[in-house]
Amino acid sequence: MIELQDVSKAFGSKEILRGINLRVESGESMVIIGGSGTGKSVMLKCVLGLIHPDSGTILLDGEDVEEAERDPFLAKFGMLFQGGALFDSLTVWQNVAFRLLRGSLKRPTEEARAIAIEKLRRVGLTADVADQFPAELSGGMQKRVGLARAIAAEPEVIFFDEPTTGLDPIMAGVINELIREIVVEMGATAMTITHDMTSVRAIADKVAMLHNGKIRWTGPIAQMDDAEDPYLSQFIRGSAEGPIEAVR
Amino acid sequence: MSFLANIGAATLGFIAVIGRISIFAFQTVSHHVRPPFYPREFVHQLMYIGYLSLPVVGLTALFTGGALALQIYSGGARFNAEAVVPSIVAIGMVRELGPVLGGLMVAGRVAASVAAEIGTMKVTEQIDALVTLSTHPMKYLTVPRVLAATLTLPILVAIGDIIGIMGGFLVGITRLEFNAGAYMSNTIDFLETGDVVSGLVKAAVFGFIVALMGCYHGMHSGRGAQGVGRATTNAVVSASILILGSNYILTEVFFSA
Repeated sequence: MIELQDVSKAFGSKEILRGINLRVESGESMVIIGGSGTGKSVMLKCVLGLIHPDSGTILLDGEDVEEAERDPFLAKFGMLFQGGALFDSLTVWQNVAFRLLRGSLKRPTEEARAIAIEKLRRVGLTADVADQFPAELSGGMQKRVGLARAIAAEPEVIFFDEPTTGLDPIMAGVINELIREIVVEMGATAMTITHDMTSVRAIADKVAMLHNGKIRWTGPIAQMDDAEDPYLSQFIRGSAEGPIEAVR
Repeated sequence: MSFLANIGAATLGFIAVIGRISIFAFQTVSHHVRPPFYPREFVHQLMYIGYLSLPVVGLTALFTGGALALQIYSGGARFNAEAVVPSIVAIGMVRELGPVLGGLMVAGRVAASVAAEIGTMKVTEQIDALVTLSTHPMKYLTVPRVLAATLTLPILVAIGDIIGIMGGFLVGITRLEFNAGAYMSNTIDFLETGDVVSGLVKAAVFGFIVALMGCYHGMHSGRGAQGVGRATTNAVVSASILILGSNYILTEVFFSA
């Protein structure tokens, strides 16, 4: 279980998070929605310890993430980055098996390669891409490799940062389905940030809307369309009219 | 008043940068002795920084040695001291020109590429990805590069010294009508161990500076292509200035007595 209690973060005079309270149960798929620049990525990075919040507490299974020992703590996480964030200098299988080739989860090279190829198959890629470099792959294939890397060490928690950004609708649909299948299959806790409503409906058990540094609304996906929050309604409809200011 | 305020702000900014670089250097050194280590990355950097810089350093040394022989011959002729060409070429190459020009050439090649590579990794979230994969970016990216540059630059400079002296030798025997045996004998007789050691120590310091500046500016790169471009330029400029500044200090330390 992940719990954020009154988490705030500012960069200089700009307040990004202003007292976030959110709870994600184990095995649950929580999708955070909100406009660009509302602090979704900052929130995710605070949970991972990439950014330290100015105040508030973040708990993972009841343990304060700021006090957790870094290596075992990070071993519980997998993350799919918005642009893939694959390492250019490594081949595809070395990217996928990165965690399995070094550190506390190190395995023999052949075993790590076999696991990497198995994970690549799981995301719909054949073994012949294993020895290619990321730059040789299309955007959709890079996303799949990123997904394979995120699940390679069988993490308890998986974060997805804008998983369908930059993909065509068909490939976006494939990635959404893969995410849903993998999360259910692994029983992992998932936190996804996106503003793609198709992704939200495909991936989410629960939805939280972030606006102006605060959680505006949170609830099960089934209740999202009927919710009366005007901010949420405007966001779902994608309308320029409403309480959220749109710059034209 | 605003003029004074601007000077004050610039001074404070400069001191802050020195502080940040000092902390970065201290952290880099401290990570050298704390596991985990990444030997494969280190070997890769040895090849890239050391072996692949050899043509640049070798050509620089060859032409510099040749030009130095011509200059010393021409200057020495004014007071009938043409015979000092072999010894001055050797001392000049080994003490000063070998390490300084070698350092500057490697700064242009390595500091720029390291800053661009790490800067791009930062912009494309690869550094964040390293952290989420339980890998410390400083241990994985900075330590192998700094250690490889610190160890390989003395070797590069030693090879460059030999090539530079050979450049002077070739010009000496083909253009200045020196006897080949006498030229070599003059070179060896006048060169002392301290000359070579001081040059190699300088090279090690310059190697540390080059990789450190590349990594520092890459890690602190701004966003987008412009941010990475600025980081690359700053890495080369700061490495070059620090090489020239530290060269003066090291020369004082070795030869002021």
